[in-house]
Amino acid sequence: MAGRALARITRSVTLLLVSVLVSYVIASVALSPRAYFEDRTPRPPASAVDHELAELGLDDGTPVLARFGHWSWRALHGDLGRTLDGGSVNAEFGRRVGVSVRLLLVGTVVGTGLGVLAGVWAAIRRGRLPDHAMTVLSFLVLSVPTFVLALLLKDGALSFNEGVGHTVIRYTGESTPGRGGTWPSRLADRASHLVLPAATVALGAIASYSRYQRAATLDVLAAGHLRTAQAKGLTPGRALLRHGLRVSLIPVVTFFSFGFLALFTGSVFVEQIFGWPGMGSWFLDAAQKGDVNSVVAVCLFAAVAVLLAGLLADALLLVLDPRVRR
Amino acid sequence: MTRTLPRPPGALLGLVLIALLVLYAGVGPYVSPWSPTDVDYGALSEPPGAGHWFGTNRIGQDVFAQTARGLRKSLLIGVFVALAGTAFAALIGTCAGYFGGWTDRALTFLVDLFLVVPGFLVLVVVAPALRGAGWVAYAGALAALGWMLTARAVRTMALSLRERPYVAAARHMGVRPLRIVRRHILPHMTSFLITHATIATAGAVISEAGLSYFGFGVQPPDVSLGTLIADSTQVALTYPWMFFFPTGTLLCFVLAVNLVGDALRSALDPSAAPAEVPA
Repeated sequence: MAGRALARITRSVTLLLVSVLVSYVIASVALSPRAYFEDRTPRPPASAVDHELAELGLDDGTPVLARFGHWSWRALHGDLGRTLDGGSVNAEFGRRVGVSVRLLLVGTVVGTGLGVLAGVWAAIRRGRLPDHAMTVLSFLVLSVPTFVLALLLKDGALSFNEGVGHTVIRYTGESTPGRGGTWPSRLADRASHLVLPAATVALGAIASYSRYQRAATLDVLAAGHLRTAQAKGLTPGRALLRHGLRVSLIPVVTFFSFGFLALFTGSVFVEQIFGWPGMGSWFLDAAQKGDVNSVVAVCLFAAVAVLLAGLLADALLLVLDPRVRR
Repeated sequence: MTRTLPRPPGALLGLVLIALLVLYAGVGPYVSPWSPTDVDYGALSEPPGAGHWFGTNRIGQDVFAQTARGLRKSLLIGVFVALAGTAFAALIGTCAGYFGGWTDRALTFLVDLFLVVPGFLVLVVVAPALRGAGWVAYAGALAALGWMLTARAVRTMALSLRERPYVAAARHMGVRPLRIVRRHILPHMTSFLITHATIATAGAVISEAGLSYFGFGVQPPDVSLGTLIADSTQVALTYPWMFFFPTGTLLCFVLAVNLVGDALRSALDPSAAPAEVPA
């Protein structure tokens, strides 16, 4: 048991290290930090650009793997290098990571929670109005690109605010700039900024999880042990809750780590559209500039987040499925 | 079990929609009096009417013709990505599952590695470098980042197929491994692969549209549904037709593909939920 957990963690760490290597190489080959410096007016001399690139560890004369070796040695000591503007990647990371984690956490919890509930509900009401409504809604949500969904929600919030005559839902930024006040009012301010981005991220998750949970619940509803449970006197609802839900959650949990990947991608769009200063918007900005160090830092964050989601899924599976424990 | 599409309304609606959209992409440009590149200087930002069925955009191009052209490119990308991705997934998955051992370990690690780095991030980094290489290179990149889940499922199937008596018989008769994979393993997965390819088509079209929003989609002068939608989001409220028609077309296509894919899945997958829950 402990040995298997250890092997699993070792594997995750290996994956993390290799993925960082791969993203470093891809970013170094595909991006051109040189262009960023050369595009300035007046155009700096080549020697000055060489010097600046060398300072940042991005000198394109050195082989990629040598640059990676240098970078990773510093990274192992907790220094992720510097951005193209000379700032510290660590500091930028620290400023932005909280914003993204908040969005991802709320999106994951709301998305999986509501998705699973909606799926169970649709399965119980199979073939009736709630089931059909859920099916149509989730198909619609899954048929629209995230950015269209975000823009539609934004428009919806705009007309809602106009209808109420008061700005209840805010849709730009992650908090109102320069807002003081007591902490409850600050919390309320953050919450009103969070509603739309979290809803956008969560809607996609709700739609896909509800499909999976619906199918899994239907499988369980047809299983013999539920009929036995009813034969011993449980109501159908109680039988499903006591003996069915746990079984039906197993296939859904195995989908979790991939579901998180989709959610992460969605959050990049959401951060950009709603103006959240998180990891996703940093990534888009850095990729445009050719800022290799920042791009790799975000890839590192993404890899850690996805691997943690995978480990969480494994832990949940361990709790749900006694066969895995053996 | 009969291999028919159950719940005909949904699947039939999907098939009809797909047929109509393919027709639109194929012959739409010849039906319309305007070609996608024509500029009607007398009608800038004109709402839909007799002259321009879907209206015109801000520089006077016909939205009907533009949408047909964008749809054609989106369809091409979707089908290409689905076919290439599924073929690659089938190759990797069967090799991992059938050969086992070190091959399996190496390929599974590869699959996990691709799942750790979000493909979207890689595309954002790679897309600018692919500019000028044409849409096939772009679609190739999309396919290269979307095969992992299918490969995993194929591997699991290959693992169990490998143990079947007829496969063992073939092995003992001295049939070469690749021939066994081709003749005895892959045919058992066709229904699964077809279903996955269908659903992947919709996924690819959506991904391209999403990337277009950040300017990482199809590059001008090419247009896709994604670039048409992305370009019109700013004016979605003031000139709704510029936004509505491409978005509606995309929605119809993805919805139709998902309906057909869902029907295929329940028709072809023997382990899917039974048609009726026993009372």
